Amino acid sequence: MNIKNKEALRNRGLEAISLLTVIAMWQLIADLLVKNKLFLPSFVDVVLSFLNVIKNGALYTDISVSLLHFLIGMILAFIIGLPIGIIMGWFKGANHIFDPIIEILRPIPPLAWIPFAIIWFGLTHQSAGFVVFIGAVFPIIINTYTGFKSVSVVYVEAAKVLGCMRNKNLIRYVALPSALPSIAAGVRIAMGVGWMCLVAAEMFGVSNNGLGYKIWWHYHLHQMDFVLVYMLLLGFLGLVIDRVFRHYVDDRLLKWREGVVM
Amino acid sequence: MGRLTVTNVSRTFKKEDGAPIGALDDVTLEIKDKEFVCFIGPSGCGKTTLLRIIAGLDTPTSGEILLDGTKISVPDAKRGMVFQEYSLFPWRTVIDNIAFGLLMQGTKKKKAIKIAEKYLEFVGLEQFKNSFPYELSGGMRQRVAIARALATEPQVLLMDEPFGALDAQTRNTLQHELLEIWGKKNVTILFVTHSMDEAVFLADRIVVMSARPGKIKEIIDVDLPRPRDRTAPESNALRNHVLKLLAEERER
Repeated sequence: MNIKNKEALRNRGLEAISLLTVIAMWQLIADLLVKNKLFLPSFVDVVLSFLNVIKNGALYTDISVSLLHFLIGMILAFIIGLPIGIIMGWFKGANHIFDPIIEILRPIPPLAWIPFAIIWFGLTHQSAGFVVFIGAVFPIIINTYTGFKSVSVVYVEAAKVLGCMRNKNLIRYVALPSALPSIAAGVRIAMGVGWMCLVAAEMFGVSNNGLGYKIWWHYHLHQMDFVLVYMLLLGFLGLVIDRVFRHYVDDRLLKWREGVVM
Repeated sequence: MGRLTVTNVSRTFKKEDGAPIGALDDVTLEIKDKEFVCFIGPSGCGKTTLLRIIAGLDTPTSGEILLDGTKISVPDAKRGMVFQEYSLFPWRTVIDNIAFGLLMQGTKKKKAIKIAEKYLEFVGLEQFKNSFPYELSGGMRQRVAIARALATEPQVLLMDEPFGALDAQTRNTLQHELLEIWGKKNVTILFVTHSMDEAVFLADRIVVMSARPGKIKEIIDVDLPRPRDRTAPESNALRNHVLKLLAEERER
């Protein structure tokens, strides 16, 4: 075994020990100090509730419903945000058309849109998707815009001299690939914001299923062990989504960048 | 053919307060087909501006430029350009960079790659076919940039201090390679530099320009036999002459 592997193994070991220690402390504090399932369900309580949720099938419905809300919002944010960002960044003057509208709408917290989401779409999946959309669209617009603004002039001129003259082609072959790192970063931020909005939207009863909805529902039943199960699930799923996206982008789309810091 | 006729070309830029500054003043010049012309002059003499106007990236305030009798207004692949900065598209592999111009002309992908491979061989970088630009050294990047500019078979190759960022050794090698390419392809080359060594080694004619606003100060015919010896007395004499001309400009 070489030194690098040894070091990696030691680091994994440390991480495992750290995690196990926290879980043990949690269990001990819950069992010996708090002794109240409402205030602090123990680790074992949470594991049992988790198994319970798996057994009765609720988990799959909730995850798929939440992912549906998330996807509706993210896809919409991407199809609308990307072109707006491109137009603002590429065409002189377009910035002044969109900027005032965006600057007025952007500071409104996405959750403030929930009443209108319900009025417009009712208690539907679209309604939750809409709230996710509001949260996700601005980071995508702004990062696309910034990415397009910082396209190096020399690439554009090099392309022109090689016969790539029309805006459509310059955007497709030069500006878009050049702006891709910034756009990808924007989508990552958008996914983070969208994930938060998702939970809030579901909590407010925009939908009758989903991970966020279940947190609220179990809270009303004072089943705090279940609340904790869904909290941990939300964190874990968010992490997985972010990791998958990052790996896809770095391995497939951005492998031309040198020294990418993970 | 690659015959360029530059007639009374002037270019003024506007400063932020609206006051005009002249970059080029009434430049008239005839460049023969397959000629190698170097432009040299103090910084800010408008030599890059002239090259950009010929490329179609900038428009003259007055005057006109004809390529084989046709007026130049927008960039097109008849005039290839190699920039001073590294201008390869970092998101495209070496071979895809070279094929870019061909693809833009509507050449089928397969054929474009085939032609690109020929030019890659031309600059001796076959083994880097699928590398990304960040994996190449500065000299290699400029070689690829030259291959990319040549792939569309331009009549004129415009080079804006293409070796300016390279170390002296690499620079000499690339000068040799450029002359070899020029011999094989027989394109007209317009080469901006601020190294008289480079100009004397490469050019058929050296156009010495005066400080802002840029005017042609003197055109020197370099009738030294090729391949040239960098340290031959004739080369040294010529270098001294250019040096003197440039020194006059600096004192102005």
